[in-house]
Order: sequence, then C-alpha cells, then structure tokens
Amino acid sequence: MPGKKLLMTFPVTATSHALAEYRARGGYGSLEKVLRGMKPEEVSREVTNSGIQGRGGAAFPMGRKWSVVHLNDGQPHYLCANADEGEPGTFKDRWILEYAPHLLIESMLIAAYALQVRHAFVYIRGEFDGPYRRLAGALEEAYAAGYCGERILGTDFSCDLVIHRGAGSYVCGEASALLASIEGKRGYPRNRPPRLTVRGLYQRPTVVNNVETLSNIAWIIANGGEAFSKIGVAKDPGTRLISISGHVERPGVYEIETGYPWRQFIYDDCGGVLGGRQLKGIIPGGISTKVLTGKEIEPLTLDNPSLNSAGSSLGSGGMIVIADGTCMVRLLQVLLRFYHHESCGQCTPCREGMGWLHRIIDRIVAGEGRPEDIERLYQISAWNDGTTICGMGDAAGYATSGILNKFRDEFEYFIEHKRSRWNGTLECPRSS
Amino acid sequence: MKHLIPEFDKLRARYPAGFESSLVLPCLRRIQEDRGFVADGDIDALAHYLGVPRIQIEEVLSFYGQFRRKAVGRSHIQACRNIACSLRGSERIIGHLTRRLGIAPGETTADGRFTLSTVECLAACGTAPVIVVNETYHESMTPEKIDALIEGLR
Repeated sequence: MPGKKLLMTFPVTATSHALAEYRARGGYGSLEKVLRGMKPEEVSREVTNSGIQGRGGAAFPMGRKWSVVHLNDGQPHYLCANADEGEPGTFKDRWILEYAPHLLIESMLIAAYALQVRHAFVYIRGEFDGPYRRLAGALEEAYAAGYCGERILGTDFSCDLVIHRGAGSYVCGEASALLASIEGKRGYPRNRPPRLTVRGLYQRPTVVNNVETLSNIAWIIANGGEAFSKIGVAKDPGTRLISISGHVERPGVYEIETGYPWRQFIYDDCGGVLGGRQLKGIIPGGISTKVLTGKEIEPLTLDNPSLNSAGSSLGSGGMIVIADGTCMVRLLQVLLRFYHHESCGQCTPCREGMGWLHRIIDRIVAGEGRPEDIERLYQISAWNDGTTICGMGDAAGYATSGILNKFRDEFEYFIEHKRSRWNGTLECPRSS
Repeated sequence: MKHLIPEFDKLRARYPAGFESSLVLPCLRRIQEDRGFVADGDIDALAHYLGVPRIQIEEVLSFYGQFRRKAVGRSHIQACRNIACSLRGSERIIGHLTRRLGIAPGETTADGRFTLSTVECLAACGTAPVIVVNETYHESMTPEKIDALIEGLR
C-alpha cells in the first residue's frame, strides 16, 4: 500500500464531487476553523511548518513563497491557482478539478485569508472543458452556500474567486506568463527580479501555487502543519499525486506517501510494464525531468531527494513508462516537435534552438542524419541552458542531453544505418 | 458580437474593477464559441467595448493555439500526438482518421463536416490515445471507437 492518503480519501461516485457530499466528509470545516478563530499569520505559520513543497515541478517551499507577501503593505494582493496542467505526462490536477473541486476552492479561500486576498483566480487550461464545468458548478454551489463572495460565513472576510480559462499555450503554465495571460496579453514569461510575490498580477504582490499544492491546505489546517511534516520523507513531506502513463498495465492517478519505493509502486500498484515486457526507462516527473534507465531507478524511492540523487526529479509527478524495444530517437523527435511548437519566441536561444533541434532530429529520422549531428544536439542543448527567461529552454536541453547520454548508441545506429535499431514505432511492440 | 454584451457585462462584475483588459481572453473564447471563429468585425467591436488597443487583441489571437480566424468543419477532431499518446498508438489513430475522413491533419472535408487537427498534450495521458471533438474529450481510442464516433457525427 502506498501509505497515507490526504487527497484521494473517498470513493469516486457520480455525486462525490458535489457540495453536499463534500460537507458530509467534513468539507469546509477548515475554512470555518480559520475564519472563526485563526489570524492570517497563524494560517501561514501552519503552512510553513508543514514543509510542503510545490507540486507543479519546481518544488519550491510554499511557506517561503508566501512569506514574501506583507499583510499590511496597503496594497491589494492576488492569489492564483495554476491549473494550466500542460507538462506532457501530467494529468493529476485534472483529478482534483473533476473529483474534488470543493477541496481546491476551500483551500484557496483559506490561502486567500492568510494572504489577505480579495480576488483569487484559477487559471485553467483552455482544453479542459469537462474539468472547467465541474469547477464552475462547484464554485456556483460555494457562492450560493456563502463560502465565497461578500462577508464569507458572516465574517468580515470577503473574497471573489474567478475561473480564468486559457486558450492553448504550454508556456502559460509558467507563473509570470500565466499572469500576463490573465491580464489579457500574450503569455510571455518575464525576468525576475522583481519576484511575482513582489510585483505580480496588475503589478501587485501575487502568489501562484499549483492546484495540488493548494489542495493540501484544508488538511494542513485541520490536522496541523506539524502532522503534515511527519508524513513521508522529512525533506519532501506529504503525499504526491503521481499520474502514470505510457507502457504500463494500469495507468492513472495514484496518491503515494513520499518515500514509497519506486519498484513496489510500478510492479505492485500499477501492474508492471505493459505486456510483461522489460523496462527500458522512466521519465519520472513530466518530460522536462531527465529520463532514468530501468536499472537507475531500481533502488530509488518516490520523492525529490531520492530522484535528485540520480540527477532527476519528481517534477510534476507525470511519470512516463517506456518499455524495451521503444525507439528513443523517435521518442526524442516527439519531444522536440513539442518544444518547437510551444516556444513563445521571446528568447533567441529557445526560438532558434528549438527549431534547430527539431530540424536535426527530423533529418536523422528521415535517414539523412550526419555523424556530427549528435554533437550538434548536445551543443544546442548547452546553449539553451540558463540563457532564456523561463525554464523551457533549459528543459528542452535537459530532455535532449538526458536521452542522448543514456541511449547514444541508438542515435549512432540510426545515423549509420538510416533506420531505427528497433522497429521504429513508439507503441509498445506486440511481439517480444 | 453585440448580442453577447449583456453576458460580458456580467463577467466584468466578477473581475477586479479597472482591469478590463483581463476580459480579452474570456470574451474572445465566447465570441468563437458563438460564431465558430473570430471575425475582423469582432476584433473592432471588442476593442471598442473593452477600451483596449486593437493590436492587443490581434496579438492574443495569433499567440494562443485555440483561437481561429477562419471557420472549421462542423466537427473539429483534434488528435493528441504527444508522448503518452504516441506510446499508446496515436500514430495509428491519426492514420486511421486520415484514411477514414480522406483528409490530412489541417484539412477540412469538402462537405464542411469534419476538420482534422493534431494537438499537443491534453493532460489525459492515463487514457491515451485521446482525441477531442469540438470541446469533448474521447479517451482510450481505438479504430473501432473512431468508426462509431464518426458514424454518429455524420
């Protein structure tokens, strides 16, 4: 068993997302507790004591992010839930939006109280139509029940929650781009400093947190930050929603306590590699985290300290399983096509580099690869590292060099023989 | 666009006052939902309504992948081709759609019923391969399920 559960605590039914059932499970009790008897600073202290780190990919401590916002600075503050979930392989926030929308709303209202926010936003990716409807329905319920809007539960605290839909842009998952998108502009990331907690939405202090990170707040308030800090591994406490896909028998969203052995997770909980095949590799936390070979991941546990020790990270929890016989050259082609497609075009190394990487990999797959292409891929990846405003340039470089480091022989084979070392498909080969 | 203004006024009340430009994306989404695409006249009308420069709306339209300046087929089929879907057969699915509809990705059938597009990760990787028809996700797709779906859409 993957340990304690904080988010996936109830059986999903056709009505389990509705307000009545959420309340029957104790829902909105934490909001009541906060509004009736806690000061904003006390709420923030619990969050800091919990030690919770961001679940969107960067693992930044939530308490430290919040601590930059000064409550009595005389200006409006904003809060934004990042529901842009676009990192390929990641589909965990969708689970919360569809099945536990009130958990997000309650947690956001508590966060809004702690940060003294009058207007909070959920930035949800444009493609999420079903999840948007679920969340919008839940929000109407929350307004009608007096959990949202003017003088919440009869107290002096008022907060409006707005669901803002994106319109198809990967880079808008980057916090500064996300805020530009709410402002009605192109989703261009911007340089820091100033940090968004100093100058964010409409030039005001703004906290942007991932949906899953925020959704833990209701539990933290109900049980205390210290209790949270004792779950899982000390340096990365709590649970994680892992969305697992690719060549695996039972793909889906699983909640695990950090520190859970990787092997047990994939073979016992997820049913192992598709068709009982050998494991070739794992991309542990969305495509921007470095690929690990089956052998490398063997002794690891599911938490950031463990994956960091192997040069990767748990990222956004989007785990992709790759079976033996999969062509890694074709796989990298899919990734580079994606990065090229999604580059916002602001920074030269990314705008030109993504296109260049994509052209080279297309050439190799077309059987026109040149021996120097491998070094060129490395070189362009290195040029991108740290030279762009947002992390996308770095991420594409890491993905490229990560795959090249571990599967270089497949690239050499493809260039020399003008065909894949395997049968060239990405779908799990049926015969072994 | 004029008939949508009462709706836009309602939306406006939920956003913090004085930041009308935040309504650019929601209004454009609604206009596209209504007309099927965003026409030149819509841009003028929205710029006037929100008091934002026309160029800002043009910039937004050309940046975000979901906005369209031209009509598409009555059923817009978008097939994911990113990593998880590729590992579960999206190439086969896209091939099947192409043969079945007789059009390549980016094209519309002559009768205007179907447009086929390829898109990047839709965050439904656990139920790959995934296609979206207009706004609705169809998951764990197989050629058989596609045939049934297309029959139903004709």
